[in-house]
Amino acid sequence: MSNLFVNPFHFSTISENPADMLGDFYSLNFEKGRVDPDSMILNLGPQHPSTHGVLRILAELHGEYVLRAEPVLGYLHRMHDFMGQVKTPYQFLPNTGRVDYLHPVAWNWAYCGALERLAGLEVPERAEYLRIICCELNRIASHVMWWGAFVMDLGGFTPILYAFEEREKINDLLQIVTGSRLTMNSMRFGGMGADLDDRFLQKAADFIPYMRERLKMYDRLVTGNVIFRRRLEGVGPLDEEICRRYGATGPVLRGAGVAYDVRRAEPYGLYDRFDFEIPVAESPDCLGRYLVRLREIEESLKIVEQALARIPAGPYKHPKAPKVSWKPPAGEAYFAVEGGRGKIGIHVVSDGGKSNYRLKLRAPGFSNLSLFAEAARGTLLADALAILGSLDLVIPEVDR
Amino acid sequence: MDISLLNVIKLLLALLAIIVLLVLNSVVMVWLERKAAGFVQRRPGPYVVGPHGLLQTVADSVKLLAKQIVLPGSSDRLLFLSAPVLAMFPMFLIFLVIPYGPWLTGLEVNLGLLLILAFTGLETLAVIAGGWASNNKYSLIGAARCVSQSVAYEIPLILALLALAFMCGSLDLTVITEAQSGWVWRWNIFRQPLAFFIFVITCFGETNRAPFDLPEGESELTGGYHTEYSGMGFALFFMAEYTSMMLVSFLAAVLFFGGSNGPFINGFWWTFLKMGLFMTFMIWVRWTFPRVRFDQLLNINWKWLLPLGLLNLWVTAVVLKLF
Repeated sequence: MSNLFVNPFHFSTISENPADMLGDFYSLNFEKGRVDPDSMILNLGPQHPSTHGVLRILAELHGEYVLRAEPVLGYLHRMHDFMGQVKTPYQFLPNTGRVDYLHPVAWNWAYCGALERLAGLEVPERAEYLRIICCELNRIASHVMWWGAFVMDLGGFTPILYAFEEREKINDLLQIVTGSRLTMNSMRFGGMGADLDDRFLQKAADFIPYMRERLKMYDRLVTGNVIFRRRLEGVGPLDEEICRRYGATGPVLRGAGVAYDVRRAEPYGLYDRFDFEIPVAESPDCLGRYLVRLREIEESLKIVEQALARIPAGPYKHPKAPKVSWKPPAGEAYFAVEGGRGKIGIHVVSDGGKSNYRLKLRAPGFSNLSLFAEAARGTLLADALAILGSLDLVIPEVDR
Repeated sequence: MDISLLNVIKLLLALLAIIVLLVLNSVVMVWLERKAAGFVQRRPGPYVVGPHGLLQTVADSVKLLAKQIVLPGSSDRLLFLSAPVLAMFPMFLIFLVIPYGPWLTGLEVNLGLLLILAFTGLETLAVIAGGWASNNKYSLIGAARCVSQSVAYEIPLILALLALAFMCGSLDLTVITEAQSGWVWRWNIFRQPLAFFIFVITCFGETNRAPFDLPEGESELTGGYHTEYSGMGFALFFMAEYTSMMLVSFLAAVLFFGGSNGPFINGFWWTFLKMGLFMTFMIWVRWTFPRVRFDQLLNINWKWLLPLGLLNLWVTAVVLKLF
C-alpha cells in the first residue's frame, strides 16, 4: 500500500543525457544510408505490438511513407544449431519444438526425419499416420493463430480471441498424443513417443466439422469485411521472382502463385498417399497470402480426416528404435518438411560420435523476413506492417 | 442572458453536475467497454473486483492516481503536463449547452451548436500538444495524424449539422429538439438520413475511436499520441476519449433521435437512454472492425463525405425554398 501515497507531484525524468539519444550500432549504421535528408528514422521494436516478439525494424519515413526499412535480428538468438552439435540427438530433440513455438511438430519431424534418413531407420506405418495427424492439426493451430494475429495487426482485436478458441481445442487434442500444449516433443527416432487413444479419435472427429463451421464464420467476420479487403487488396505484391531471390517458401511463395509444397514436391512420410490440394493465390498481394492460409486449413482438415479414417493398427514405435544412448552412424543427411511458414530443412552431418558433427537448421521465417526490406520500400507505414504480418513470422525461428 | 445571482448559482451547480456526470461516465463506460468487449469476444471480462467487476474501474483509477508521472527525456515539461488537462477542460463547457430535458439545460444559448463545434476542436489541440511535447516519434506521428483527421472530419460534420440548422432555422439545440417533438417519424434521423449517415461516420473520426483510431493506431504507433503518458496524464486522455464519446452520443440523441422526446412520456431519461444506446453502438463497432488506413480515411472524407454533405445541404436548401 505504501506506493499509493507516492507524491503525485514528483516527476522523474528517464534520461537527460544526450549521449543516450544517439542510438546504438544498428541505428547509427542505418542512418548512414539515409536516402532523404528530411526523413525521420523510426525504430519499431524489439518491443512493438506488431512485430510479434522481439523483432526490431528500422524504418526511414517520409511522412507516412516508408523509404527504407531494415529488420534487425538477434534478440532471440539461442544458438540452436550449435546446441545440436554439443548435445546428443535425444538431448537436442526437445529443442526442435522450441525453434518454432507455433508449429513445433513439424520441427520435431524434420529433425527425426533427418536422423532417420542418416541412420536408415524404419518408421512403423501407424507412427507415420500419427505424425501426419499431429503435424496437420498443429498446422491448423498455427494458421489460426496467424489469422488472429494478422487481423490484430490491422486493428481488429476480436478475431485473435476466437482464434484462441480453436487453438485451445487443437491443444486439447495434441495434448493427448504429445503430452504438452506448446513446445511439443512427441516424436522419437523411429516412431512416436506415445499412441493416441479412443478419446482422441472421438475428439478429433468432432473437431473437423466444428472447424469447417468456424472457417465459414471467419469468412463472414473478416474476409468479407470491406475495410479488411481494402487494407489488403493490392498491398505488398510479392511475385515469383522476389520469392526466388530470397528463398521464400510456404504460403508466401504459394501466395505468389507457385504451387510449391514440400509435401508434394519431395514427399516425405506418407503424404503421397493422401488426397489434398496445394492452394495457390490468385493475386500475389496480402489478400492472396491470407486466402492461401485459410484454404490450407481446409486442406489440412482433409488430410486429418483421411488419416483418421485409415490409420492402421500396429506399434507406434519401431521395436528396434534407438535408445537414449544412441550414437548415429557417420554420414550426412538432409530432410525437409513443410512447416506452417514454409520449408523447414535440417542438414545433419555425423562422424559417428555421441553428438552431431554439424547441424544446420533452415528456418523458413528467416528467408521470408529477408524480403521484407525490399517489399516494404515505398509503402505506407500501415501497409508495411500488414506485409510484415502477412509473412507470418515467428521470431524464435528467425533468430534460432 | 441577464447576470443575476440566481443564474450564477445555477451555472455553478450545472458545472458541478457536469463534472460528476463526466467522472461517472468514465467510470461506467470503462467498465461497460470491457464488459461489451468481453461479450463480443466470448469471455467474461472483469469479474473479480466487486460484483461482475463493477469496482474494477475504481481500482484502476486508484492505481492511475498513485502512479508516478514519468517525463520523457528533453520533453517540453509545461506542454507535456498541460496537454491532458487541455484535453479534458473544454469538455465541461460543451455539456452546459446540451438540452438534456425540457427544463434541464445548464446554459440556454441560441448558438449552442456553434459553441459545441468550436469547443470540440480544442481536443485536437491537446492531442497535438501532447504528441509534440512527448519528444517521441510515435507520438509525433499520432499527433500529425490527428490534425489531418480532425480537419478532414470537421468539415463534413459541420455540413451535416448545417443541414439540420437550415431545416430548423436555428442553431439553438432546444429549438432543434422541439422541432422533433410529436411522433417518432418527426425525428431528424428520418427527415435527414444522409446527414445522420455522415454524422455517424464523422463521430468515429472526431472521437478517435476504431475504426478511425489512427492517432492511437496501436498496431502501428504503439500508443500514438499518449505513448509517453503514464498515471493521471494517461487517465485524463482516456477520460477525454470517453467524454467526447458521450458528447457525440448526446449530440446524436439531441440532433437526430429527438432528444427528450420519446414515443411516450417525454423527459430527460430519453436523452440519457438514447445517449447510452449510441455509446454502446460505438463500443460494438470498435470491437468488430479493423482499422482503416490513413489515406483511406482521408479519401472517405474528402472524396465521399464532403460531396455528400454538400449535396445534402443543397437538397435541403432547395426543398426548404420550394415548400
